[in-house]
Order: sequence, then C-alpha cells, then structure tokens
Amino acid sequence: MSTTTTTRRLTMAQAISEATAQEMERDPRVFVMGEDVGKYGGIFSATTGLLDKFGPERVMDTPISETGFMGAALGAAAEGLRPISELMFVDFFGVCFDQIYNHIAKNHYMSGGACKYPLVITTGIGGGYNDAAQHSQCLYSIFAHVPGLKVVVPSNAYDAKGLMTSAIRDDNPVVFLYHKGIMGLSWMSYFEGSTNEVPEEQYTIPFGQARVVREGSDVTIVTLSQMVQKSVLAADKLAEEGISAEVLDLRTLVPLDRAAVLKSVKRTGRLLVADEDYLSYGLSGEIAALVAENIDTVRLKAPVRRLAVPDVPIPFSRPLENFAIPQVENIVASVRGLMTFKLDQ
Amino acid sequence: MEATAEQLLWMYEKMVEIREYEETMAKVYLEAKLPPKVQKGLAFDIGAGPVPGEMHLAAGQEPVAVGVCAHLRRDDTVVGAHRPHHFAIAKDVDLNAMTAEMYGKATGLGRGKGGHMHLFDPAVKFSCSGIVGAGAPQACGAALAAKKLGTDAVAIAFFGEGAANQGAFHEALNLAALWKLPVVFVVEDNKYGISVEKSASTAIASNADRAVAYGMPGVLVEKNDAVAVFEAAGVAVARARRGEGPTLIEVKTDRYFGHFQGDPETYRPKGEAKELRQHDPIPALGALLRSRDLLDDEADAALRARVSARVQAAYDFGRNSPYPEPQDALLHVFAE
Ligand SMILES: Cc1ncc(C[n+]2csc(CCOP(=O)(O)OP(=O)(O)O)c2C)c(N)n1
Repeated sequence: MSTTTTTRRLTMAQAISEATAQEMERDPRVFVMGEDVGKYGGIFSATTGLLDKFGPERVMDTPISETGFMGAALGAAAEGLRPISELMFVDFFGVCFDQIYNHIAKNHYMSGGACKYPLVITTGIGGGYNDAAQHSQCLYSIFAHVPGLKVVVPSNAYDAKGLMTSAIRDDNPVVFLYHKGIMGLSWMSYFEGSTNEVPEEQYTIPFGQARVVREGSDVTIVTLSQMVQKSVLAADKLAEEGISAEVLDLRTLVPLDRAAVLKSVKRTGRLLVADEDYLSYGLSGEIAALVAENIDTVRLKAPVRRLAVPDVPIPFSRPLENFAIPQVENIVASVRGLMTFKLDQ
Repeated sequence: MEATAEQLLWMYEKMVEIREYEETMAKVYLEAKLPPKVQKGLAFDIGAGPVPGEMHLAAGQEPVAVGVCAHLRRDDTVVGAHRPHHFAIAKDVDLNAMTAEMYGKATGLGRGKGGHMHLFDPAVKFSCSGIVGAGAPQACGAALAAKKLGTDAVAIAFFGEGAANQGAFHEALNLAALWKLPVVFVVEDNKYGISVEKSASTAIASNADRAVAYGMPGVLVEKNDAVAVFEAAGVAVARARRGEGPTLIEVKTDRYFGHFQGDPETYRPKGEAKELRQHDPIPALGALLRSRDLLDDEADAALRARVSARVQAAYDFGRNSPYPEPQDALLHVFAE
C-alpha cells in the first residue's frame, strides 16, 4: 500500500494551529479557549485561522480570568469535552495555579481513576527578546514537578504538530509549552531550525520519546525547546574544533525518556544539560541525578555540567538578559571545558 | 470639588508631558526594529533597537492619570499596571531614571532589571506590574499600612477594564471594603483588553456597578475628560483620607495606539483610533483654560517648550547612560 505524503515548510505556530484544526475537525468535542485566541489568533499565533474555520462557539475568547477558564476547562473535561485552554504566557500561571496543580493534576488520582480530564493547557515560554522577569520564564519544571500533568516542550514544527495531536488525544491533562522564540513569529528574531517540513496529514508523536537531533561521540547535550536550536549551532562550532557533540531533544518532560539519556551518555561519557529554566531544583538537576543514579552503568569521562539560568529572575536590559540566559557561546565553552577535563582514574 | 487654576494648569502641563513622552517613545521604540534584519520576512524585531521588549503606550488615557494624581501627595501610593507611563509621570516619578530604565541602562529606576512594565520609584511610592490585576491587592496593602501607621496617606490602584475580571480585583475590593481601607480603585475602560472588546469580556456595562456588591461607592466617569476625573477622584480621595473607606471609579477613556507597539490591530474597526483623536482631551482642557484666561498662545508655547525640554532631556539621559555590566544580572536577588 502506498501513501502519498505532502509536506510543506511550516512555522511552529502554524503547525500547532494546524494540529488543533485537524483534531477539531475530527472530534467535535475539542474546543479552544483563552485570551485573544479568536480574532487575534493568539498573541503567539498558536490559534491563527481557527476562529474563521470553527466560529466563536468553538474558539472562545475569554475574559482575563485565568482561574475561571482553567477551572472551566477542568469542569468541561469532566463532562467529556476536550478543551484546549491557552494561558498566554506561562508566567501568568501564578494567578490560576490552584486550578492547575490542585485540581487539573490531581482529580483523576483522587477519584481513584474514576474521573478523566482530557484537556490541554497551551502556553508561551522563554526569553531572549527583553520582556523582563514576568514575561520571559520557562517554568516547565514546576509543571513537571507536580504529579498528574504531562509536560510537552517541542523544539520544531514537525514535532509540535505530532505532539499537539497526541496531546489533544490524550485522556490526561497535558501542558504544552511553546517557546516564543521558535514559533516563527514575524516580530521576533528566532532560530531557523524550528521551521521545517510538516506533513499535511495528521500524525502523532508518542510522548516519552526523546529525539537524537544530531549524532555525536564525544559529549551528549541534553536539551529541549529553543535550546535545541542553540545546541545545534554550538555543535556546528564544536565540530570545527574536532569535537563531536550529540544533541538530544527531550521533547516531553513527563513522561521523560530516561533510557535515551542514559544510552547516549553511556556512549559519549560526557553530559551537558542545556536548559533555559532556572538552575536549581529543576530539569538540569533531574537529568544529572538520573546519571548519578546510574553511575554503575555509565562511565563518565568528566563531571556532569549544567547550563541554565543562574537562579536570577530574567532581567530586562539586553546585556543582563544575554548574561542570564544561556547562549550558543556558553554551550560551546561548557563543552570545551568538559573535553579538557581529566578525571583521575 | 472644583479644580483651582493651579490644579487645572498642572493637569494640562502633565497631559502635554505624557503625550509628548508617549509620542516620542513610539518613534524611539521603532528604531532598528525596522526594516527586516534578522530573518527574511521579519516585519518587526521586538528585541532589537534601543528600547527592546514589549511597549504599551497610554496616549489618549492622560485624563485618568492626571485627574486622580492631582489629589495626591508624595507619600500617597500609586500601583499602576502594564501600561504605566501616564500614571508614573502624573505621580512625578523621576523622568530621567524612568526613561533610562526603558533603555535598560544602569542609571534606570531598576538599574535595567525591570524595564517598561516594571517601574519602581519608592521616593514617590510608585510601582507597577506586568501581571494583569495584580496591583489591586497591593494597593490594599499600602492602604492598610497607612491605617496601621496612623497616617492619612491613601493608595490608588489603576488598571484596565480587562483586569477587573481577575479574581485579584474582586478579592481586593472585598478586603478594602471590609477593612475600610483608604484606597481608590480606578478602572480605565479603554474598551479593549488587547483584542477583546469589553462587551465580550464583561457581563455588565460599567464596572462602577460592581461596587454595590462590595458595599462601596461606585462612580462612572463617562467622559475622557480631566476635569470630570478630577471631580470624581477628589471625592473618593477625600473620603479615603477621612478614613471612610474605598471607592471604585471607572473612567471611559481612549487608547490611541495599539495594545502594544507593533500590534496589527486587526480587531479594531479601521480608522477608529483616528476618530478617537478627534476628541482629544488635551486641546479640550487647553480650551477650557483659555476660556478662563488661564492660558494664551504665549503661555502655551512656553509650557510646551518646558515640557519638550524635560522629555528630551529624559530621552537623552536614557540613551547616553551606560549599560550595566552583564554580571550585574546576579545582583539584587536578595536584599543585602
Ligand atoms: C495575569 C495576566 N493575564 C494576562 C496577561 C496578558 N495581558 C497583558 S495586558 C492584557 C490586557 C489588559 O487589558 P486591560 O486590563 O483592559 O488594560 P489595557 O491594556 O486596556 O490598558 C492582557 C490580557 C497578563 N499580563 N497578566
């Protein structure tokens, strides 16, 4: 049997709205709500075109009432609908976190599995465009920390479409975090690698499967989201110096593809975690712990290195923000450091 | 409460200053963001230029800021929102340091840490937030402090009609009424919360009506007019100072620019902003001053020159100040 696949180059924003549209066509229970998701098409264009296709009953602009519409998503999901609820910037979760972490995340568990809450929370993350401390965070680790939420953080359009389709079809609450700097917005500079070939047909990408973006033998860079694009650029530079870096895109934090991390680090013997979230108590610590816990099977040639935001709020000013958020040069420098390290045998 | 000649002139001059500040920012902000540079097809690079990041301008909304702040002292607190410049200027925030902050300079109010949505000037008790609705409970706290400390200072929370749908707003109103706090909540109804029209976000026409639910006076100012705001705010501030509790005021006002600079404004009827400018409150107040012989061409020109000099000096100061050292990013997470 032969199937023809048509692909086009899409931005990540287009891929997300296409996945959403196709699922809305397939399943009348799916609907979208959030601030400015209608006429505006979402501030980061994640819902562009949906209002025209599906009308205001299924693409609902909400008041600025995050507690209200996150709680409403839960209530609607409990009745069998499949809401997609957009929190414009992840930074705003603070005003509605009770609905998310005490209810959306826990009700299935507390019902002993009796109740299901198939909903998706979409939200924009990340800095790099000088929007300061309340509009530039990643915070995915906070969501991943709470049991009961699946956490998806795509790095490119192809993955975003497949992961979004999976997210909508999942019977669990899924938090889907897209980095503004890789959405392909016309008003933000970004890293080319996130716009790529995307099939028109629907497809799913299962959660919990990391992707080797670039193979390498000297060092493993474990990363996600926009840091994937930065890590690939860093790997290019390192290659010029004869250092072969493997870039592993986690794609989902919950579930986490631990096996892929271990497999790669076993091969390379060196690990750098490159993360745009805060350093302490987060993703980078989780990955480092994973390797430490498996140190009996992983032969390290150097200590684990973590590159993340050094536990400061994201500052506004350009030189400050550049310093706080890990850049390509920082990744390069960290890897160089790992390569020169001599572990006493 | 009638405005004195001095108060009318003050409001006029401040409105001219705010407008000039915002119109200047609209130009400065665009520098180096156009034409396309980083990526093909890039219309606008929000992170480029001397003033990067988001920019929300308040041109058109001047009457709200000056009409309220005309009643305030240095020791009264103002908590603004993400669209903060008009309030900041009306509260006499240091204009040079405020501007330097938007340039991300070491001389800025927050040494480049905060930027346009996060301006803090403790000298005049001004702060603001990029989180919609967050200011209302904070103003309650300032008012509570005034009460505990036995001063007659008041606190003002300014925010948009969109923010009035946040839980924080409703909790704050109840707290303020319950504790009889010297606070005034001022809602700017500029008709839109980003792209969403008030009629699509709020179940009732006027937020002033919501005051009933909390047992406080609710006042609707139906005209985007400095004198009308002044009168309503005068009653509310005096009531708060007397220890009689909070007031909720909603003012119908106009936003001339997009929600933020670069906003395609697809939600707005074509020509609406231009039409709104036909009812500009600044010439209206100018005309009133003239009719009372408080202003003539010469005085107006002198005032405008004065204002221009101040605004220009602030932008020069911001532009010419040095950037902070990159590693200063690590400072100020905790108080020393
Ligand atoms: C808690 C929170 N939710 C959403 C936003 C995004 N946001 C910023 S401004 C804005 C609209 C605010 O509208 P309004 O309160 O009417 O003020 P205006 O912009 O009209 O001055 C929104 C939704 C935010 N900053 N904070």
